[in-house]
Amino acid sequence: MSVRKFNPQTLLLLVLFVILGAIALFPFYCLALASLKPSKELLRFGLNIKLQTDLLSWHNYSFIFSKGGAKYITWYKNSLVITAVYTVLCMLFSSMVGYGLAMYRFFGRNLIFFFVLLVMMVPIEIIMLPLYKQMIALNLIDTFSGVILPFVVAPLPIFFFRQYAAGLPKDFLDAGRIDGCSEYGIFFKIFVPLMTPAFGAMIIVQALASWNSFVWPLIVLNSGEKLTLPIGLSSLVTPYGNNYDILIAGSVLAIVPIMLVFVFFQRYFVSGLTVGGVKG
Amino acid sequence: MKWMYSQRLAPYLFVLPFVLSLTIFFVYPVLSTFIMSFQEVLPGQTHFIGWANYKNLWDESFYTALWNSSKYTFWTIVVLIPLPLALAVFLNSKRMKWSGFFRSALFVPALTSVVVAGIVFRLVFGSLDASVMNSIRHLFGFETINWLAGSTTGMLVLIILATWRYAGINIVYFMSALQSIPDELYESASIDGANTWQKFWRITLPLLKPISIYVITISIYGGYAMFTESFILWSGNRSPNDIGLTMIGLLYRHGIEKNELGLGSAIGVVLLTITMVINVIQLRLFGLFKKED
Repeated sequence: MSVRKFNPQTLLLLVLFVILGAIALFPFYCLALASLKPSKELLRFGLNIKLQTDLLSWHNYSFIFSKGGAKYITWYKNSLVITAVYTVLCMLFSSMVGYGLAMYRFFGRNLIFFFVLLVMMVPIEIIMLPLYKQMIALNLIDTFSGVILPFVVAPLPIFFFRQYAAGLPKDFLDAGRIDGCSEYGIFFKIFVPLMTPAFGAMIIVQALASWNSFVWPLIVLNSGEKLTLPIGLSSLVTPYGNNYDILIAGSVLAIVPIMLVFVFFQRYFVSGLTVGGVKG
Repeated sequence: MKWMYSQRLAPYLFVLPFVLSLTIFFVYPVLSTFIMSFQEVLPGQTHFIGWANYKNLWDESFYTALWNSSKYTFWTIVVLIPLPLALAVFLNSKRMKWSGFFRSALFVPALTSVVVAGIVFRLVFGSLDASVMNSIRHLFGFETINWLAGSTTGMLVLIILATWRYAGINIVYFMSALQSIPDELYESASIDGANTWQKFWRITLPLLKPISIYVITISIYGGYAMFTESFILWSGNRSPNDIGLTMIGLLYRHGIEKNELGLGSAIGVVLLTITMVINVIQLRLFGLFKKED
């Protein structure tokens, strides 16, 4: 396509968005650049945008994979475990609940749906104190279960699965019953496969939320070997900045998997993250 | 076990996980927030102290936190509604090329955790001469400043961080709403002789109202719930003169750091009330409760 084919308005818009896109991606450049510079340099002079090729090296990355970065690797593993367990359980429970709300008419259905919407609105930060007390009472402080359990039946995916299931033909339900399938068999064998796109969107959104979550794990976890990636990284941020070697390269390694998933499953991100905007 | 398979019981078993989770991890904590806000909570000797927590919470740090959170919420809404709306309209226009690519580029910052975003912004807005933003200031003849030491520049960094992380999400919201507007509306307006500007004001903007109200509502809750950004930028919950203290920061300080669960709960109740009142006013102002005319 040649430039002459564009009319002036298109060209103007393209210029605008190239600039905005560059601004949006600029901090990533800064992060990548900083991860290749020696931490002493960053401490003494701050981050210089100039490439300064003579200073660049992979040293910070090799440090993370050496003995000195052992705690970082532990945090990474913890985050992987928590994200995996959380996502699997969240998908199972929220698809069940969403399906139940969409497919059956039963006493209390509207009340339960009202609560789904209500829980979606209240920020968890507001109830974190009594929830913290609850965790102490249940003996779940400093455990992965304490991080996962309170939010594993999440209102947002429930809402999403309910909307999705409501759009599926109920005839399958009757057909399944006639064939002698149990109610649960109908759900697992017929409707779960039909909801695959909804699972795609929700797996990505919930895994991202869990991987990035901060406030709740900060409250629940306190021993060093149990921290998740965001909490561990934040513990390296001190007024003296003396942990730059792990901090910056570690931040890069924390976002790389997300970027890869984003590149391959972009459309799921878009449909999954705009859930609340869908008219109910 | 046969009873489990009845058709009447099945829906209740399907929604059971939510009912359990709601009771244990939402209803109970919310109720106990209200109860604890009237108590002095000490190990083994919790007792009711009436309105004392509510009387004691109006100190200087409370006003600072409320002011900071309100400023942050106000500015994020002022920036993060019109800007993404305009950009979504541009991206959605027929004149635009490769809009999917640009939408993705603007969306990528939303994938980073607040922690990583905060770490990058600490570097970019570093206080030293050579750090990124100061060296840009030098290009225009300004001197080096310590961004995170002043309350105005500190707030500016928070707003820029929010704009960077959330603009892409809001663009996606507005674009999905724009794509649901039928083309026939624009076609018939063209036949009636409407120009682009008139079509924007009379068709696009009114039809974006529901999504805008939704985005404003979540921005109000999100704005008042802001905590992590400030926690990372000022390396912990303490900033010089509390310039980065937010309502949740205050709640965290009393409830977790000082273990004053009663006072912390009172702050939580006040915060919940404030956000709900603002949202009701906002929804009334935009006429959500009005009957369609």
